Amino acid sequence: MSDWVKQITSNKKQSASDAKERLKLVLIHDRTEMTPSEMETLKNELLEVISRHVEIDTTAVRITMNQDGREQRLTADIPLKSARRRGIG
Amino acid sequence: MGANVITITSGKGGVGKTTTTANLAVALANAGDKVVCIDGDIGLRNLDVVLGLENRIVYDLVDVIEGRCRLRQAMIRDKRLEELYLIPAAQTRDKSAVSPSDMVKLCDELRSEVDWVLIDSPAGIERGFRNTIAPADSVLVVTNPEVSAVRDADRIIGLVEAEEKGPARLIINRVNPALTKRGDMLSADDVVELLAIKLIGVIPDDENVIISTNRGQPVAFDPKSKSGQAFTNIASRLKGNEVPFLDFDGREDFFSRLFRAN
Repeated sequence: MSDWVKQITSNKKQSASDAKERLKLVLIHDRTEMTPSEMETLKNELLEVISRHVEIDTTAVRITMNQDGREQRLTADIPLKSARRRGIG
Repeated sequence: MGANVITITSGKGGVGKTTTTANLAVALANAGDKVVCIDGDIGLRNLDVVLGLENRIVYDLVDVIEGRCRLRQAMIRDKRLEELYLIPAAQTRDKSAVSPSDMVKLCDELRSEVDWVLIDSPAGIERGFRNTIAPADSVLVVTNPEVSAVRDADRIIGLVEAEEKGPARLIINRVNPALTKRGDMLSADDVVELLAIKLIGVIPDDENVIISTNRGQPVAFDPKSKSGQAFTNIASRLKGNEVPFLDFDGREDFFSRLFRAN
């Protein structure tokens, strides 16, 4: 019964949108020839290099791979800690 | 100059490359153009049965390449359409019997004779694929609206680009409008967004394709069937015409169109 209710009330677009989301990720990894764990390593090394020079706010870092037509784009949004926040206190 | 050489490929097997090749050939010949289709799947010959020409084979592609017959002798003329020819694949050999440069040479010989050369590529990304891509002026990638076919199509599109034969154009085959509407099948728009290449045709899932293939009478001979119509439209787009994409959705679409019109 509850399954039946769930079936009706839940998002009907489920399986096609699942397929699309899964494919988006798979295609990014196929096109860049990078596994998710290699991607993770890249992110970590990138942050490590940057933090050698400036202090970064690691909790707010966002590094993503996006599709732009048939090109892939690595986007990094890396907030830096301001001198004041780093600072005296 | 002369003929347009077009290769139909997909990566994944079973998505409808051979059916597409046969039907585009029929549709183009039906429009009065002279067409040769080549079965590029050496060892797994199939375009002949789909076209209903299996009983007329004497020589094949490998016979031409190895000099056992002249090109003309391997071209089987279709009895229904005067301007349609098939060069069948060899059945007892494998892909190594043919090289990319053999295919380029053969197609160059055909260019002055016909308007279109359509090459049916084998599944996969190996030698057979490279053989059929080498002579192409442009490439059509066939896929189905499901995850494995779309993923393989993406790989193939990348390889076509790498061979400098791009950009490929996309045919989405076996679209089921009821499933799409219910949200349980990727829509043509979804697939185009994921693959990011130009769409040249959408073929509905249609039992007439199976029935016509059983009889060796490609569905493009039947302009009343939706799939036949869809193939005919692709042929027309290949010829450079602007043809709107078909709606397969029946009534509700009729209403949504009314709304759009207002």
